[in-house]
Amino acid sequence: MNVIKTLALGAGLASLLLSAAYAEGLQGKVIGFSQIGSESGWRAAETSVTKAEAEARGIDLKFADAQQKQENQIKAIRGFIAQGVDAILVAPVVATGWEEVLTEAKEADIPVVLLDRGIEGPEDLYLTSVASDQVKEGRVAGEWLVANVGDKQCNVVELQGTVGSSPAINRKQGFEEALAGKANLTITRSQTGDFTRSKGKEVMEGFIKAEDGGKNICAVYAHNDDMAVGAIQAIKDAGLKPGSDILVVSIDAVPDIFAAMVAGEANATVELTPNMAGPAFDALQAYWDAGTAPEKFIITESKLYTPADDPQGEYDRRKGLGY
Amino acid sequence: MTRPTVDLRPIQPPLPRPRPLAHFFTRPQVIALVAVLLVNWALFPGFFTITWQDGRFFGSLIDVLNRGAPVAILAIGMTMVIATKGVDLSVGAVMAISGATAATLVTNGIPAPVAVLAALGTGILCGFWNGILVTVLEIQPIIATLVLMVAGRGLAQLITEGYIVTFSDPLLIFIGTGSFLGLPMPVIIAVVLMIAATLIVRRTALGLLIEAVGVNRSAARFAGLKANALLLIVYTFAGFCAAISGLIVAGDIRGADANNAGLWLELDAILAVVIGGTSLMGGRFSIPMAVLGALIIQSMNTGILISGFSPEFNLVVKSAVIIVILVLQSPISARLFRRLPGAQK
Repeated sequence: MNVIKTLALGAGLASLLLSAAYAEGLQGKVIGFSQIGSESGWRAAETSVTKAEAEARGIDLKFADAQQKQENQIKAIRGFIAQGVDAILVAPVVATGWEEVLTEAKEADIPVVLLDRGIEGPEDLYLTSVASDQVKEGRVAGEWLVANVGDKQCNVVELQGTVGSSPAINRKQGFEEALAGKANLTITRSQTGDFTRSKGKEVMEGFIKAEDGGKNICAVYAHNDDMAVGAIQAIKDAGLKPGSDILVVSIDAVPDIFAAMVAGEANATVELTPNMAGPAFDALQAYWDAGTAPEKFIITESKLYTPADDPQGEYDRRKGLGY
Repeated sequence: MTRPTVDLRPIQPPLPRPRPLAHFFTRPQVIALVAVLLVNWALFPGFFTITWQDGRFFGSLIDVLNRGAPVAILAIGMTMVIATKGVDLSVGAVMAISGATAATLVTNGIPAPVAVLAALGTGILCGFWNGILVTVLEIQPIIATLVLMVAGRGLAQLITEGYIVTFSDPLLIFIGTGSFLGLPMPVIIAVVLMIAATLIVRRTALGLLIEAVGVNRSAARFAGLKANALLLIVYTFAGFCAAISGLIVAGDIRGADANNAGLWLELDAILAVVIGGTSLMGGRFSIPMAVLGALIIQSMNTGILISGFSPEFNLVVKSAVIIVILVLQSPISARLFRRLPGAQK
């Protein structure tokens, strides 16, 4: 019941905001959306935001949850083609194996938009793709730290995502780019926290012990907010103040990091927006109205949030989105 | 006329083998634990430093005990299951269910003690379900518990509706992060459970019966043992242990993370039991040694964290150490040990 209520609430809120701007255009269009599943809070938020965006534009959204399986996605896309939808959105679960089914969509003259992740294969198989720039996310987080630390010597510890995953590789790279050439900022320790709260807490505990009870740590950079939330608890358990003794910067902008900001325990987060569908619908509208093909890679904004950006308001706004 | 009588009383049972302390210290598990701890100390000189802070002990060694507690508790239940020649793959998922149950109940205004009991009850129910599948339906344990391993995480997600359910209830947080006599609560719980379980199986015939079922279930049944009842008890107990672990990890992060709580921990628990010398073929088992196995695994994890190795090496280092430990325990190396001059049998 709660889910339905919150979804309805989120949808209602979003539609209030958006209905004025998009009264017509995509009204009455039928668009299929093949979602990966609901493996994370972010994914659930993406689903609910997509539904809200579609409703605000008067789109008839056909939603299919693939439960992490590519064959389910391929089946869903074939189903959409058979139903004769106007367009298809796909959040591809893996990068390979899409040529055949996307060729079928192309032959049926149905434009396909990729959300959140890319695929390997000819670029003419899809109209455009909407995704975030993970390297940029890391860079924005790093630039915030560089700007806020000044010339002070600062040892940074890093909580990486799952080893070998693309967000972990790219967010690490971007952060290192931002810190390059700053002699006073050094990454002294870096370990994987598997994107989870409990591992984030455990790894941070270890770092604090290894760095003289945390006295040698000036900031922690976590590849996602959940690990940052765990790290904040570890810092508190060690008798230090997160947010002032040890700065906390992370990526994703989930509600709980805003709750931590309200408590003064987190310093900055970079948003990975769950609104991938909004730009996708805009691109489709432009494509149908003016006939112009959009650019192949639409990059979403990587917005920085700090305690100055009304964290309580952001928390309330996001809480209902399914994170 | 008196008939010849036969004295049917059994001969005096042999006295328990004396176990000098030296025997304990020559066990491969103890040697391995000491070796891993010493390596940690070499990598990080402050490893054994323990300070008193905010009314509790604070240090890397305490972290090892605290972080090792959930797997140690799982291993206590898992040891008995494995001793019956079974295995319980569902304990990680049961942890997620138990945490989800407790968190969802307290956030809906149910008093915390009720929520804790409900979580433990769910764990017991899950274990009982496994037991029914194994005994009544006679499904092989690895398949029977696989059902709940896969479906259980989905159940947990249903309970939390896909969110990480956060709470600020003092009792639940105390279970995960509180301290008693300066030691973290999870450590206290694990120690109490280990001592209680060991006493119950060793001071009664229960341990012997479990071993009998593990060695040969049919023979045990023909000998008059209620093998099915024993199996039910053992799987239910494993579910109960998993529920405790689930409460601990949820309390630790002040939230129930249905996707990640207890993920792959069933494998760590099985590994702990195997390192502890209990055979997957069933039979002889040792609960304290399984707990020691859990501590070895956690010492490695903590050691890797403080050593500063890059994370790509985590699993390589871990597997290398485990291979060495298992080779040391193998029958061949045990025979080699015995041939060493001065080695005890």
